[in-house]
Amino acid sequence: MRKITKIILALIAAIGIGGIFYFLLHGADIAVLNPKGHIADRQRELIIIATALGMSVVLPVFILLFVFAWKYREGNAKARYTPDWQNNRLIETLWWGIPLVIITILGVIAWQTSHELDPYRALDSAKKPVKIQVVALQWRWLFLYPDEKLASLNEVRFPVDTPVDFEITADAPMNSFWIPKLGGQVYAMTGMSTQLHLQADEKGDYQGSSANISGEGFADMKFTAKVVSDEDYARWKNDAKVAKEEMNSVTYAKIAEASKDTAPRLYTLNQADLYDTIVMKYMDMGSH
Amino acid sequence: MFGRLSLDALPHDLITIGGAVTMLGGALLVIAALTFFKKWKWLFKEWLTSLDPKKIGVMYLIIAGIMLLRGVGDALLMRTQQALASDASGILNSDHFQQIFSAHGTIMIFFVAMGLIFGLFNLIVPMQIGSRDVAFPFLNSVSFWLFAVGFGLVNLSLMIGEFSAAGWLAYPPLSELQYSPGVGVDYWIWSLQIAGVGSLLSGINFFVTILKMRAPGMSLMKMPIFIWSVLGSLVLIMFAFPILTATLSMLSLDRLVGAHFFTTNAGGNAMMYINLIWAWGHPEVYILILPAFGIFSEVVATFSRKRLFGYTSMVWAIVAITFLSFTVWLHHFFTMGAGANVNAFFGIMTMVIAIPTGVKVFNWLFTMYRGRVKFATPMLWFMGFIVTFTLGGLAGVLMSVPAIDFQVHNSLFLVAHFHTMIIGGVVFGCFAGFTYWFPKFTGFTLNERLGRYAFWSWLIGFLLAFTPLYILGFMGATRRLDHYDASMGWQGLFIVAGVGVLLIGLGVFFQLLQLGYSIWKRNENRVQGDPWNGRTLEWTTSSPPPEYNFATIPEVSERDAFWMMKQTKHKIKPFKGTITVPKNSPLGLIIAIFAFMVGFGLVWHMFWMAGVGFIGILVCIIVRISSDETEHQVSINELAVEKGSN
Repeated sequence: MRKITKIILALIAAIGIGGIFYFLLHGADIAVLNPKGHIADRQRELIIIATALGMSVVLPVFILLFVFAWKYREGNAKARYTPDWQNNRLIETLWWGIPLVIITILGVIAWQTSHELDPYRALDSAKKPVKIQVVALQWRWLFLYPDEKLASLNEVRFPVDTPVDFEITADAPMNSFWIPKLGGQVYAMTGMSTQLHLQADEKGDYQGSSANISGEGFADMKFTAKVVSDEDYARWKNDAKVAKEEMNSVTYAKIAEASKDTAPRLYTLNQADLYDTIVMKYMDMGSH
Repeated sequence: MFGRLSLDALPHDLITIGGAVTMLGGALLVIAALTFFKKWKWLFKEWLTSLDPKKIGVMYLIIAGIMLLRGVGDALLMRTQQALASDASGILNSDHFQQIFSAHGTIMIFFVAMGLIFGLFNLIVPMQIGSRDVAFPFLNSVSFWLFAVGFGLVNLSLMIGEFSAAGWLAYPPLSELQYSPGVGVDYWIWSLQIAGVGSLLSGINFFVTILKMRAPGMSLMKMPIFIWSVLGSLVLIMFAFPILTATLSMLSLDRLVGAHFFTTNAGGNAMMYINLIWAWGHPEVYILILPAFGIFSEVVATFSRKRLFGYTSMVWAIVAITFLSFTVWLHHFFTMGAGANVNAFFGIMTMVIAIPTGVKVFNWLFTMYRGRVKFATPMLWFMGFIVTFTLGGLAGVLMSVPAIDFQVHNSLFLVAHFHTMIIGGVVFGCFAGFTYWFPKFTGFTLNERLGRYAFWSWLIGFLLAFTPLYILGFMGATRRLDHYDASMGWQGLFIVAGVGVLLIGLGVFFQLLQLGYSIWKRNENRVQGDPWNGRTLEWTTSSPPPEYNFATIPEVSERDAFWMMKQTKHKIKPFKGTITVPKNSPLGLIIAIFAFMVGFGLVWHMFWMAGVGFIGILVCIIVRISSDETEHQVSINELAVEKGSN
């Protein structure tokens, strides 16, 4: 094949692939880059900053690679050839130094944001946070609202612009609780209670899922996070009060069994310490 | 008598039966061919009982090659499943899908990547340091055979029983009896446990070899950079693999005798397992990537016909990476909730590794600067590596910021990142090394044209397969999903990724073709000792080298020892006398049979079999240490030397 034919073929292929990606991605909703919550928003900013910092190394590498490969190709007799040139203190110091500076900047950012965006840190807000306790089951999500005295299976609902304090545990293999549009994930583990603080900035239905494999029904461990206005939230709480089923130890034992039935359901909750019971279930030292 | 084993253990569904039949058929074909051509004795005498590291190295590469085929096959199945399973069930049920990705990860890391690097260690390390052998030749054979047992057990799980469905690192409590009562996790434990002991023994063996058996004059700072990178890798093996052994032992005690190390109840702590497995697992990444760095350093210097730039900073970069790789394991689970200070510390340590790695990249680039770059296939793999590895590195730096990691952890973004590092780094590195050193141990080069086809298929396939995964990760797609809702809009990207894997498959096909064609046409590609204008000691001896590598042990006065010899027209002194070479021994193979009994027995709860295997191994060790005549003498006349060292 002649060189020019190769170049044309490569161009056509590149344009074709680019076209396919354009077709697939235009109008696509890329959750992490199109956040609807305070935390996810800051995380998106960080992704952009870190990428830009990283690019300041990646781009020079790409340019040097192609320039050197072209200029010092075997056939180019005009280029200088110094087979024994093997070190130069100045330029080596330069590339120990430049990455060091970049990493120092990024390190400071990492330190500050680790604290600022710590999932355990309560969000600043004039509004009283909604407290939701999350239990990962096989293979469903149970949400307990101890203050509102209600429980919800595979659907979590909370008001917009209000901080939400999640407490997370599992009565199943380890899972990870993740609502990409609102912010990062935290593991759900037996006998442990982890925390996650999120706040939605816009009303809407957001997909949530488990990010950690937990057995056969894992792919269906999804739930919807419904972010609604304060009025709709109040109405939903009233609906829940007249829910037919009550969440208590007996109902819980039933839904805690492995099941692939992922239909959402609503319960009233009178047992305020149900969550603690689920966590403590695994702290019994004697049982087998 | 048979423990848990019954006829139910045979495969039921079509795809597994297909896989099992393919493997069984392949094995039967090999057996038939060996019988037909009357090659059993040859196989036994020349290969299975050989203590020659070069032959052991080739056997490692054969196993790695077979496992690469299976790993790519698994990848094709997974990609097909995910391309189809948009609001549909696809071709695999979830349990089967989960077994496949668990097997894929296990196979690719433990049997392909480890197999490739151990194969190259065996083939190259002794020759490159000017040694006739490794420090403990018999131990080396045992290491290989333990590796082979792991390989056997993983593949046997396809035919008898099942494989683990708990992911390649088998996090408890999912991997505990409570949630995984079958034999799958036990197959996983025992294949890794046995192969892992082999890796540890190899680590010690090669560490001693490098420290004690270098040619006269080769001080540490005159070692080829590949040897430095291997040394770093071996240090990591020696420190990390005992952690793996201990962790797997604890998990197996949980499963066998009802211990409670990692169970959900009675004080078990799964978080401890996750810490321990990554205290091994993160160094493992560097065990694989450091030798690949070393290979690229050799390749870029040789094919730029120039000294490696910045040798000293390369060495310090390797040392820094070796040390730092033990200080970052927690970045695999920032999301566990350890707290901001802990996360920030491990995040920053992770970023710090980017500094020595970046230094290496610039040193490689400046090795090309003012060189004479020849674009032979090893150099193509190198350039492909620079492109993929820097992009993957960028993704890695993103994830090292804990606050970002919370958003991409366990998503397909993560999957794309580590595949970029492992394929772009380790696999491309091993392919570069394989092509570069192939003439060294066979005496003929690989076909360049087919090599280029393979390279481009791999590179483009790789980009097509993993670019969509980065995007899917940002779209909220988590890893290991056997199906998803069509409303997520993921299917198109999954299809593109599937096409990418098909292209990678095409690359593998070209590689097989290249190997076959090159062997067929070998007489047209015969080489003398030094086909690439090499720089290091392995090229001073003939290709393929004699069993003892060097008749005359070369003397080293500078780095790039062979390059200097050529510059100064130095002639190697002819050798006359006898050389001591280890005798072949079938005991490695026999130990493997017993080790297999231990593994198989424990998987199926046939404890008598495990007991017999264990005692058998002890007896073999006693037999070996009490036998006196383990070596024999080869006498060499001058003529042979003239030919041997050209």
